[in-house]
Amino acid sequence: MNAKLALAFALSLWASAASPQSYAGLGTEAEGFAIPQRGNLLNFPGDHGAHPDFRIEWWYLTANLEGVDGRSYGVQWTLFRSALAPADAEGWQSPQIWMAHAAATSPTRHLFAERLARGGVGQAGVIAEPFEAWIDDWQMRSEGNSLEKIRVTASDHAFSYDLKLQADGPIVLHGDKGYSVKSASGQASYYYSQPHYQVTGTLSLPDGPVDVTGHGWLDREWSSQPLAEDQSGWDWFSLSFDSGEKLMGFVLRGDSGNFTSGTWISKDGGAEPLAPGSFQAKPLEFSQVNGRGIPTRWQASLPEKGVSVDVQALNPQSWMGTSFSYWEGPVSVTGSHSGKGYLEMTGYE
Amino acid sequence: MIRAALQAILSHWFRHPMQLATLLAGIALATGLWSAVQAINSEARASYARAAEQLGTAGADRLVPENDFIPLEQYAALRRAGWQLAPVLEGTVRIGRQSFEIMGVDLLSHPLVPALSEAAQLDDATPLDALLPPGRVFAHPETASLVEAANPPFPVTRAEALPRSILVADMSLASRLLRRPDTLSYLLVLPDQVPGLQRLETLAPELTRISAGNASAATARLTDSFHLNLTAFGLLSFAVGLFIVQGAIGLSLEQRRGLIRTLRGLGLPMRLLMMLFAGELAAIALCAGLVGLTGGYFVAAALLPGVSATLAGLYGAPVDGSLSLRPSWALGGMGMALGGTFLAGAQALFALSRMPLLAGPATRARGQQASRSHFLSAITGAVSILLGILVLANFQGLIAGFVFLGGIMLGAALMLPLLISAGLRLGAQLSRNPFGDWLWADTRAQLPGMSLALMALLLALAANIGVGTMVSSFRLTFTGWLDQRLSAEIYVTANSDVQGAELAAWLEQRGVTALPIRRKDIRFKGAPLRVYGIVDDATYRDNWPLLNGLPDVWDQVAAGDGLLVNEQLARRHGLVPGGSLRLSPDWELTIAGVYSDYGNPNGQAIVSLPELLARFPEIPNRQFGLRLPQEKVPDTINSIQETFEIQRENVVDQASIKGRSLAIFDRTFVITAALNLLTLGVAAFAMLSSLLTLWSQRLPQLAPVWAMGLTRRQLALAEVLRSVLLAALTAVLALPLGLVLAWALLAVVNVEAFGWELPMHLFPADWLRLFLLAILAAVLAAALPARRLSKLDPAELLKVFANER
Repeated sequence: MNAKLALAFALSLWASAASPQSYAGLGTEAEGFAIPQRGNLLNFPGDHGAHPDFRIEWWYLTANLEGVDGRSYGVQWTLFRSALAPADAEGWQSPQIWMAHAAATSPTRHLFAERLARGGVGQAGVIAEPFEAWIDDWQMRSEGNSLEKIRVTASDHAFSYDLKLQADGPIVLHGDKGYSVKSASGQASYYYSQPHYQVTGTLSLPDGPVDVTGHGWLDREWSSQPLAEDQSGWDWFSLSFDSGEKLMGFVLRGDSGNFTSGTWISKDGGAEPLAPGSFQAKPLEFSQVNGRGIPTRWQASLPEKGVSVDVQALNPQSWMGTSFSYWEGPVSVTGSHSGKGYLEMTGYE
Repeated sequence: MIRAALQAILSHWFRHPMQLATLLAGIALATGLWSAVQAINSEARASYARAAEQLGTAGADRLVPENDFIPLEQYAALRRAGWQLAPVLEGTVRIGRQSFEIMGVDLLSHPLVPALSEAAQLDDATPLDALLPPGRVFAHPETASLVEAANPPFPVTRAEALPRSILVADMSLASRLLRRPDTLSYLLVLPDQVPGLQRLETLAPELTRISAGNASAATARLTDSFHLNLTAFGLLSFAVGLFIVQGAIGLSLEQRRGLIRTLRGLGLPMRLLMMLFAGELAAIALCAGLVGLTGGYFVAAALLPGVSATLAGLYGAPVDGSLSLRPSWALGGMGMALGGTFLAGAQALFALSRMPLLAGPATRARGQQASRSHFLSAITGAVSILLGILVLANFQGLIAGFVFLGGIMLGAALMLPLLISAGLRLGAQLSRNPFGDWLWADTRAQLPGMSLALMALLLALAANIGVGTMVSSFRLTFTGWLDQRLSAEIYVTANSDVQGAELAAWLEQRGVTALPIRRKDIRFKGAPLRVYGIVDDATYRDNWPLLNGLPDVWDQVAAGDGLLVNEQLARRHGLVPGGSLRLSPDWELTIAGVYSDYGNPNGQAIVSLPELLARFPEIPNRQFGLRLPQEKVPDTINSIQETFEIQRENVVDQASIKGRSLAIFDRTFVITAALNLLTLGVAAFAMLSSLLTLWSQRLPQLAPVWAMGLTRRQLALAEVLRSVLLAALTAVLALPLGLVLAWALLAVVNVEAFGWELPMHLFPADWLRLFLLAILAAVLAAALPARRLSKLDPAELLKVFANER
């Protein structure tokens, strides 16, 4: 992929779709796109597939892995869909554009790659049943019929991975049965996760292949207006505690105060939406990453569950220098609870 | 000492300014013509490279299908196998009344995108709006104006970086305009591939991978022959120029023998003397080279528009008409000037270095020594000719053709002195009086001094005969072919398909046969192929210029079972009548015949119209060839214009089209004619300079004859006669050489370069004209020395008996 090309076109594309600054320019108008509605029940397996009526959507897998060499690793596989216009069309006339990011992180290395594709011509897409999401030769496909058992592959010059994921818990709906509010003024998205994957597979880094095992977390989200006008970015945490409980929490940073929310997931997979403001996160330490200061150590707390933890990046340099750039990497958790997780931070321009 | 020696050496030129001028002119001419040709070549090549670069295709390999169609699914499948490919869809679109080449690219993957994106931003457009209806077209500013003039239903962005003559658009718009939603023309293999992918040969065996060099050099390869042709001409001119230089250097050293003896007698070491002479030559070469370069630049600038027209006409290759000054070209030109001068002076300098200290300043003993060198040179010439023939017999291709030509030309030139000497010996037997005996013998004695100039004349004359015969044969064949090919009396282009249908109905009412001319541009093995659909009509059966075909060729075509291909396509892919050709995956036809199609670089095929329409129903129906009695032509043209409001230029009678075609043809060969004339001019100058060189040495030979009673006038006349005699002998020998050259150009070079073979025609009138031209050149060349001789003070002639010299 020509980096300049990606910058030239994708920047404007993803800037308008996902980056807060340009998003503000679009206003909160959905411009003919569908808007998430409270009370709309999600429907599976249909909703595993694409929703071309919505402006933006993603299939977002992160995994905390342990190599047979005893080292910790992190892996990311993300497929984004962005619609330039509502609805879909055949072939080259399709207004859908696809972008994918893959990354492999070790304590000392962070490798990433990007792919871009047009919708409508078969180069990228998502099929709900049997589930398959792909762009070029990167894919995430069901090994059976549902999301329960999937296989994920990606490869680039410096790294590749081939992972098998088996879910040992149910799908979790965030917010109000999957309707997840993203600002005080009511912007929302549809949002559900499968946070219960057991992962086995092979990760190939420049030093050679290593067999890995660990836990994976798949996020699914789609919307047409994910941020409010004044919001500049977000800090998103997905933490799996050794106790078996899990916490998804996010902070949407805004000029008129931050908006936080999240979901508490019990051992058996039961989901408990968090009231706005109950999840809190504050930076403890900044690292110089790609010329900017980025918080790579956080204090995260959820008092109602007695959670007060120190969240520390495995590799502070987990910068995704893709055409739409952000920080994404594995973290370790210590404090009231211990465990592992993933941290995503956007809007630190 | 050095200073004094240098002064003495250089003083020679003050006393012989004409000799200096000759030397300078020789080097300048050789350098100039060579540099001009090089400038033209490099400009054209740079143009091709620029076009490839501008289209972003310079660094990428291509995957091309056998025909123009790569199914979209195949592209997706290759992508899903991990190959990073950029799809390209090419074709011709009609916008308003004009046709444009359009290149559809995926704006997310094509290497051209950064440049386009920049242009779009200058235009205040969001780059991605090009992906949504109505789309956006990117074009060079000049092309953009043409498109905008037609009020297209989409915006046009001006992009300086694009070549003229092509529109670039996103796939979404291009596939809509070309009505090809699910096929691609070719795939660019992007340079950055992830290792370990399955091989393309396994994944897509039906696609051919063309390496980046070859793909971007496709035009360059196509035009290679043309440039090789020019280079050959340039070398010829260079060689002819060097003949002048060699003569001048030799003479200048010979005339300074006395001086050299004196200098050496005074103690100047030979090595130093040699260095001084070499320095003198280098200085002269640099000055003359500079003059030559300047001249070459202007010659190139003057010829370049013609070359552009030729290349565009013959190959559709884009060459800008402007010339840029390249340092490498200037350095190369100066290098040629220096190298050439020393090559030409080498023998004279070598002879000087071997000269005994006190060798007298006597002129060379010509005669017997010369005949031995004639014999040696003739043997070398025979070997050279033999080698040329061997190469042609054993190797194929353009280079072999040119090696053959080079061998023959060089060989013939080397054999020339012996042949002329033999001719003069024969002529001497005709002589019946002492004056005649002396004239023949003296001419033979002069031969060594003249032989280089005569070789130059031989080459120039042969090149003129050869190239002239080729061009004239081509023109004759072309004219005859036009008569066959353009058999309709009127050609009409309607403004729209609807009007086309109305026109056809209207013509039918009037009893005029309207033959529809409908075509579809597809691609075959990566190259453009134009497919015409024809209705069954006697016009084709009677007139079409078939080269060969099956017995029932027209029935096969009419039945939709067979097709005709042009000679270029047949030669390129080894197609013969009876074989078959697959135009699209599900359309294979028997090759019923091959027809000649001059002046077209691309493949062409003819099929039955209903069959073509069944596959491409959207083909426009606007062009017709009308058959009607000649006397009705003017009236019909008028009433078509009045009834249908079709512009004058779209209703053309046969004669005008033929006129236009011939005009294009003639323009194509303007450069050839110009170079021909220049070469002949150089050869004439070579003769002049040789004669001027010789004349001063000839006084010792002329004085005794004068003393025996011949007048100076008679002697002057004898000079002219001698020059004419030599030129005439050379011209006679140039004829067979020229014809061999013409044959090689027509039967070898043309086939390789253009893909068609031409019959050879002979043009004795041209030969006669050229012969007279050679005689005229000889008279003119001899006129100046002869005039000097006739005006020579008798005292000068008497001095010969008094002086040593």
